[in-house]
Amino acid sequence: MRQYIFKRLALGVPTLIGVSLLVFFMLRVLPGDIVQQVAGDNLVTDEDRARIERDLGLDKPAYQEYFSWIGNAATFDFGLSLRDRQPIGDRLQRTLPTTIEMSLLALLISLVIAVPIGIISAVRQDSIADYVGRSVSIGFLAMPTFWLGTMIIVYSSEWFRWATPLPRDYEQIWENPWANLKFLLFPFGHFVPAGPSVVLGVSLSGTVMRLMRTQMLEVLRQDYVRTAWAKGLRERSVVVRHALKNALIPVVTVVGLQVPILVGGSVIVESIYNVPGIGQWFFTAIIARDYTAVQAIALLTALAVVLSNLIVDITYAYLDPRIRYS
Amino acid sequence: MATALDLTLAEPLLPERPRGVAAVTRFVLSFMRRKPLGAIGGVIVVIMLLCALAVDTALIGGEAPLIAPTHYDDQTFGDENLGISVSHPMGTDNAGRDIFSRILYGARISIIIGVSAVAIASIVALVLGTVSGYFGSWTDTIIQRLVDIVLAIPPIVLLIYGVTVFAGRAGPYTRMFWIILIVGLILSAGASRVVRGAAIATSSNPYVDAARTLGATNSRIIFVHIVPNVIPVVIVLATVNLGTAILAEAAISFLGLGIPSPFPSWGAMLNISGSSQFRAHPAQAIWPGLAIAFAVYGFNMLGDGLRDVLDPRLRGSR
Repeated sequence: MRQYIFKRLALGVPTLIGVSLLVFFMLRVLPGDIVQQVAGDNLVTDEDRARIERDLGLDKPAYQEYFSWIGNAATFDFGLSLRDRQPIGDRLQRTLPTTIEMSLLALLISLVIAVPIGIISAVRQDSIADYVGRSVSIGFLAMPTFWLGTMIIVYSSEWFRWATPLPRDYEQIWENPWANLKFLLFPFGHFVPAGPSVVLGVSLSGTVMRLMRTQMLEVLRQDYVRTAWAKGLRERSVVVRHALKNALIPVVTVVGLQVPILVGGSVIVESIYNVPGIGQWFFTAIIARDYTAVQAIALLTALAVVLSNLIVDITYAYLDPRIRYS
Repeated sequence: MATALDLTLAEPLLPERPRGVAAVTRFVLSFMRRKPLGAIGGVIVVIMLLCALAVDTALIGGEAPLIAPTHYDDQTFGDENLGISVSHPMGTDNAGRDIFSRILYGARISIIIGVSAVAIASIVALVLGTVSGYFGSWTDTIIQRLVDIVLAIPPIVLLIYGVTVFAGRAGPYTRMFWIILIVGLILSAGASRVVRGAAIATSSNPYVDAARTLGATNSRIIFVHIVPNVIPVVIVLATVNLGTAILAEAAISFLGLGIPSPFPSWGAMLNISGSSQFRAHPAQAIWPGLAIAFAVYGFNMLGDGLRDVLDPRLRGSR
């Protein structure tokens, strides 16, 4: 097992180096244009140009700048934001927990929706319930997150005159757990689950539901399930104790692989709901051409993806010993 | 006295397989019977393609609207924010433009971006996946580590970053080009993994060993034995990825970083900065979202159905 973990770690490191190279050098393909972009429509004096180039590290040789950037990044120092001249690391400490919390809640919600529907859909294959369940899951898959979020905000305002919360209403979970959960789950009050975590969870649940169903169908055909039936066990016992446990393993791993989707979804959902997380920051930084912040966020999200893949692989190898030896 | 054995048969042993139009018709009919949901998806896809081709007379060199009642940027002063009526089935927007016409024109933008991006993705995935899967060893390692890098960055983050850096100050057509290229390359990373798997599975067949024993070159084995077996996988991936590409374009246009106004991209019609407009006229937010959802649903269902029919390993499963 230890050997397997080392092998997987050894694969993750070159990936991260590759990502950092890609994120870093993309800006340097068109350097003249980048300075003009950062300056916007303002006239660029030589002085401005020199300052922007210094901030972005364009004045030094690229390889030298890359090593100092990646060296500082390893100590969570990403330099100053191009716009507000504040340390990027400080802002990450405020925004990162928000997005992680929102994503974890979304994962939980997607499982709560998807697992029961997936099970019923598989156990009652080709019944009305199955068709309804499958249609719902495909509907959730096809419905864009940004549309669902927009519709909720627009119609809650149209029908009930509910206002969307502002970023300053947000409080961290350790400051005020109740206000925090209210913001992420039912920001309009009245316990109506229509918050950012819910929208993200719903959009994720389509994938999970489909997978849950196919896994259950597969497991239900196994010999040991037939044996369980033959022993005369009740349906509940066969489904929950014999089938569900085995069907859940791949589902849990695939849920762990949804981190790229969650990050992408958080950019959109946080922008719609004014959640002061890393996704909304990425969007505003892109609009403001705040490239030092953009690079830092892109690198961190890739780190999150690589780490989550690693955790999933190790969990899977732990649960299913065949993986370790292949 | 016959000198040579006459091997020609009066009648072929097997009924001749239909070719051309007849074969396509037969495939379509059997597909509709066996995969009704896939067929519904197919109908949606065909409707979308028709809109994209015939929304105006661009195909025969004109500019006049054909299916659409008006041109996408025809503004009528005094007709702003109208509700649903016979002349405006989906109402009008804040510039007095017919939303129904804009939705129909939007299908063209979605299809152009989707088809071009998927064409890039399919070609790149076919080449990378086949080469990686067939040659294995260090070729495989290098290609797969590069694919890892692309897959490690969340797709929307990479798309937004790439389009902003490369097309930050560019006009609509250059922007479209970069969106197509980046979406295509991102999709090709994931797709090449699947193609690689199929190529490895095909390479381990005894007939590939047999061909090698007979002295076939690598390129002959790849083109004669591997590629034809991998093509069905590529077709299925392309169908599903078309939905994903359309969604990606809609998402980036929704954020205001994609296709700019006045071009009628479905995502741009839902633009995030228009939320005060939608609060006043909520119905305007329904139509573009419905169009995106139907398009994505159609391509996904068609892809699911095609996979069941084309991929022998999944044949019979649901």
